[in-house]
Amino acid sequence: MVEEIGKTAEGDLIINVGPQHPATHGVLHLVITLNGETIKKVEPHLGYIHRSIEKMCESLTYRQFIYTTSRMDYLSAHINNHACALTVEKGLGIEIPARAQVIRVLMDELTRIASHELWWGAMAMDLGAFTPFFHAFRERETINEIMEETCGARLTMNYMVPGGVMVDLHPNFQSRVKNFLKLYKRKIHEYDELVTGNIIFQNRMKGVGYLTKEAAISYGVTGPAARGSGVSCDVRKHYPYEIYNQIQFDEILETEGDSFARYMVRLREMNESIKIIEQLIDNIPEGDFQAKTKAVLKLPKGEFYQRVETARGELGVYIVSEGGTTPYRIKFRSPGFSNLACLDHITRGGKIGDLIASMGTLDLVIPDIDR
Amino acid sequence: MFIVDYFKDVYGAMKSLLVGMNRTGYYFTHHKEIITEEYPDNRDTLKLPERFRGEVVMAHDENNEHACTGCSACELACPNGTIKIINKFDISPEGKKKKAIDTFVYHLELCTMCGLCVDACPTGAINMANTFEHSVFNRGLLTKRLNKPDSKLKAGVE
Repeated sequence: MVEEIGKTAEGDLIINVGPQHPATHGVLHLVITLNGETIKKVEPHLGYIHRSIEKMCESLTYRQFIYTTSRMDYLSAHINNHACALTVEKGLGIEIPARAQVIRVLMDELTRIASHELWWGAMAMDLGAFTPFFHAFRERETINEIMEETCGARLTMNYMVPGGVMVDLHPNFQSRVKNFLKLYKRKIHEYDELVTGNIIFQNRMKGVGYLTKEAAISYGVTGPAARGSGVSCDVRKHYPYEIYNQIQFDEILETEGDSFARYMVRLREMNESIKIIEQLIDNIPEGDFQAKTKAVLKLPKGEFYQRVETARGELGVYIVSEGGTTPYRIKFRSPGFSNLACLDHITRGGKIGDLIASMGTLDLVIPDIDR
Repeated sequence: MFIVDYFKDVYGAMKSLLVGMNRTGYYFTHHKEIITEEYPDNRDTLKLPERFRGEVVMAHDENNEHACTGCSACELACPNGTIKIINKFDISPEGKKKKAIDTFVYHLELCTMCGLCVDACPTGAINMANTFEHSVFNRGLLTKRLNKPDSKLKAGVE
């Protein structure tokens, strides 16, 4: 159906949500056409936080450009850096030491838990519950402290470098992670008590924001949002990188496709990440944490692509190299952009009160959409 | 069976709310599990991990000597142009010219604390301090000179 932009029927109401609105978690601008309380159309307007990271990367070397990607999806900064490092390594054709691979996977999964924790708190806050936010940050803080101790930063770690990781693990790392696992297991039942089982929460989430399997595929939705509709799209399972093919974990699938299904996928995914960490934390092999690389990295002429599973979905990094020290072109296929595309589809015909709940379950990070 | 389902729903709904309130009440009465920190008041006891990346500093020993040879590896590694090294040529007693740093300029206002300069330094001359309160009233104060006046290169560092 082709619609003229800006043309509205008589009696329609147009309201703007954002760009400065607490529920959009950033500078997302939604233009909503309403008929009474029913949503007729949702138009996302982007570009408020565009920093032209892709263009910027063209003038940075293969070591330097990785730090900019921490600023894309800042909640899964490690996984973004990981994707870039993997693509450069693919171009260089170097082997990564086993220890570095395990460290990378551990860090990825810790980041995934931290990201889902924050999403859980923010999601509950979108629906008006303020307390869960603090409960989520209590556990997330433990992960941030682990990151701070080993990587040197809490959010923009810049820990993955081509060839491995920047520094070795901190001596306290294992005991800290084990403490976190204990804390998590002691506290996770509170999440269900406070939010999941709550009747008000369930009534607001169930049967709202339907995304069918076909629509999820055609919009290119990936990650937990698509797995809530029954699309099996976990990159860790289907295109395993690093050591994911040697680890026992399940791909979480829910088939309902409503907001509650997407919520449950993320909650259950945290438990899977815990499972992965438990398998690896006692089996970190000894050895180098970084492969020997040249001081100046030069990728051969060609095109390189690598995808990873971030906390939000599939992140693809595409590098075109002309043989120099800087990339000729970099393209990031970010999960947030594709997931936002289905917002109009899942909210159309629903009530405006459900818009924020549906949008919350997509877990949008605006700098990831705009880059 | 409509009536039974109806009352089951009402009972389940009430129970779910009470379970949540019970959890909230538990934390309301158990003050031991306070995890927040009152930041500006706990400055004296606040301890950051030693790897925390604050601003870049250059370590000087008691003889006012540092380990920077002026090789510019950090300047090349920096993605933001934060570091600028101005070199000079010392003339040794034997009449040989030797490269040494004149000024190590560090623009804190451009720095993103990525740590690539420290990673690139072959002699370990620079490292990242644990400071994080960088606010000043004058922007010019953020441009720093890292090597102290009259400092020299440590003997034995090439």
